[in-house]
Amino acid sequence: MSSSLSDSGSGGLQQMTMIQAINSALDVMMERDPDVVVMGEDVGYFGGVFRATAGLQKKYGKNRVFDTPITEIGIIGVAIGMGAYGLRPVPEIQFADYIYPALDQLVSEAARLRYRSAGEYIAPLTVRSPFGGGIFGGQTHSQSPEGIFTHVSGVKTVIPSTPYDAKGLLIAAIEDNDPVIFFEPKRIYNGPFDGHYDRPAKGWAGHPGAMVPEGHYRVPLGQARTVRQGEALTILCYGTMEHVVESTVADMGVDAEIIDLRTLIPLDIEAIERSVKKTGRCLIVHEATRTSGFGAELSALVQERCFYHLEAPIERVTGFDTPYPHSLEWAYFPGPVRIRKAIDKIMKD
Amino acid sequence: MSDQPASGAGDQRNGRNLPPLRLHVPEPQFRPGDTADFSSFEIPAAGEAPRPDEAAHPGTMQGLVYGLIRVLDDEGAAVGPWDPHLPAETLLKMLRAMALTRAFDERMFRAQRQGKTSFYMKSTGEEAVSIAAATALASDDMCFPSYRQQGILIARGWPIIDMMNQIYSNKGDRLKGRQLPIMYSARDASFFSISGNLTTQYPQAVGWAMASAARGDTRIAATWCGEGSTAEGDFHSACTFASVYRAPVILNIVNNQWAISSFSGFAGAEATTFAARALGYGIAGLRVDGNDALAVYAATRWAADRARANAGPTLIEHFTYRAEGHSTSDDPSAYRSADEGSHWPLGDPIARLKQHCIRLGIWDEERQAAMDKELAEQVRDAAREAEKNGILGHGLHHHPMETMFEDVFEDMPWHLREQQQQMLDEAKAAGL
Ligand SMILES: Cc1ncc(C[n+]2csc(CCOP(=O)(O)OP(=O)(O)O)c2C)c(N)n1
Ligand SMILES: [Mg+2]
Repeated sequence: MSSSLSDSGSGGLQQMTMIQAINSALDVMMERDPDVVVMGEDVGYFGGVFRATAGLQKKYGKNRVFDTPITEIGIIGVAIGMGAYGLRPVPEIQFADYIYPALDQLVSEAARLRYRSAGEYIAPLTVRSPFGGGIFGGQTHSQSPEGIFTHVSGVKTVIPSTPYDAKGLLIAAIEDNDPVIFFEPKRIYNGPFDGHYDRPAKGWAGHPGAMVPEGHYRVPLGQARTVRQGEALTILCYGTMEHVVESTVADMGVDAEIIDLRTLIPLDIEAIERSVKKTGRCLIVHEATRTSGFGAELSALVQERCFYHLEAPIERVTGFDTPYPHSLEWAYFPGPVRIRKAIDKIMKD
Repeated sequence: MSDQPASGAGDQRNGRNLPPLRLHVPEPQFRPGDTADFSSFEIPAAGEAPRPDEAAHPGTMQGLVYGLIRVLDDEGAAVGPWDPHLPAETLLKMLRAMALTRAFDERMFRAQRQGKTSFYMKSTGEEAVSIAAATALASDDMCFPSYRQQGILIARGWPIIDMMNQIYSNKGDRLKGRQLPIMYSARDASFFSISGNLTTQYPQAVGWAMASAARGDTRIAATWCGEGSTAEGDFHSACTFASVYRAPVILNIVNNQWAISSFSGFAGAEATTFAARALGYGIAGLRVDGNDALAVYAATRWAADRARANAGPTLIEHFTYRAEGHSTSDDPSAYRSADEGSHWPLGDPIARLKQHCIRLGIWDEERQAAMDKELAEQVRDAAREAEKNGILGHGLHHHPMETMFEDVFEDMPWHLREQQQQMLDEAKAAGL
């Protein structure tokens, strides 16, 4: 964990769920910077459908924490305008599945404002949005659209996998002057998930990543975290899948090096290169659909940069290229069986 | 001018000797702990609203977007020009469909609480909005509903067991377990596939209506969305198209005053009515007591006749109240006054239609009680039958897994075939 600290947190450590850590990051940033505003559907009085913004309106007032009309393109467009004024908006899109109506403002506007005005105007937004499946949410509460945003020049894409990282990355994202898409893996809001849907749900208690400084600290954007050191193969992953990978690797007893990317853009290419050159094998795991997913980019980068070190073809474990199904969720989800099979294949070659 | 934010905003405030600007953020009248008091709420009397000709120019009927079309008065009498003079048979049919919808909602909500499925949404208090409208439309008029118009299917006599199979994602689910519970699709009932993404159905309904008009068909389209959903861009695109092409479509806004935790003020209700949205588009607009089945019927019939006469679209606001939580994932006591629903002055749509039927002498409390009992049994029996097809559980055993890859395209491309095989191999490895 300590490798992730660029400045140490002030205040004591506290055990937090990912929701609490996100809430704490927002609280810390609103306290420190009067320009930070939080907005979105149901985020105000109620505190968000996942309770991520609970208590903030009461503490900071309706001028800084407010409910919005149900129009995602409006939310992002308004946030861009507030950013142009000089505020630092943190809009929430209630589910990543509902970010599509906002795409024009995100892709054509937020992502290009700095470029097209030669730096005269910027869009310092941090768009928070719960994403990913594993909650029987059907096709409109389960998707992982990160690959759409990594494909757009000018937005950063960040995905935490622990409460500690969620808080530190969110603070870094809010402080960043560029637009950041901050996808929160909702399956692990209240506890890590090992991919075994038939086992009782676990809480964050006892997880080392759940000990979170109460005050301000950053986990810098663009730095991956080595979850586990190993020699046999490198596994690149992020979000919920980090936990599924970790548990599968432990079950298999394979000496894998697990890298949690944490930030997809900008990517910690050095960490990836260093690891793959050491292990000579690479598995990429994400929950998003496979074709043109971020794994394709990772695979290309590893091939371009580590080709002569590779001892086996790069493998990808992903969600299937179908809409996210409701009842067949666990056949769709890239769980332990799919990961195990890919590891076996890589190690055989 | 450089405009780097980093706490630059503060310096730009109050540079001149002018009064400071203020941001208005809407606030509902009542919050948890408050006693709801609607005494200052002005309710237009039943029978008061004029009824224009179906072909009237929208500009000549603007008052109707600010008033409230009401037919049933406090005594349960049908009064005024909007009284649709329905035969007893139609009244009792509507009453029954509304009661069945409520019984269905009760049972399915409980089924979710018992862990039989993942999710459910009730339409309690809003039964008239869907059932009276469906009754006023022709059975083959095309409906593009949101998730809270299960009443349309029930009014059209769709088998409730089919709806339950969908809710359980079980073997009997025609949608193959692909959709979240209540996201029905019933082509044979002219009921479009429901989307979880708000208001997408609005322009689609307009497009269907335009196609029907372009082909010289006689069927019209109707669509529904919540008042919160009117903020989405799709709502406004739909109104523009409907206006430009005079599409034979009925655009319904179900103003149940809440959008999850956000009161209607966050969709613009502090400034004007939802029906008034019609004015700017040059569309006919009606504002209706949504808890008055006769008013909903009459307004829908007016709009349908207008559309069929090629006189263009109608936007109807149905003023009602969401009597229960948003969904099984919601606890409204966290954001609204607990007694708001019981104090809501427009009452309960079932109770009001029942009162009317009793007053007409075609119904009585005994028959109502017997009907409620019979419907509860009908729903219970259907649920038992549906549960024989399975409940959601871990979901894996109801539909052959390979069906997950069907219907992505008409023909399955190679990459989906490969993935399908991979999944079957995995299932085998997992012992499924
Ligand atoms: C595009 C989109 N954004 C957000 C949501 C999340 N959401 C689901 S229902 C809802 C509230 C809708 O309220 P309203 O339109 O008033 O309909 P009601 O639930 O009251 O029937 C919200 C915000 C969604 N489903 N789709
Ligand atoms: Mg509503």
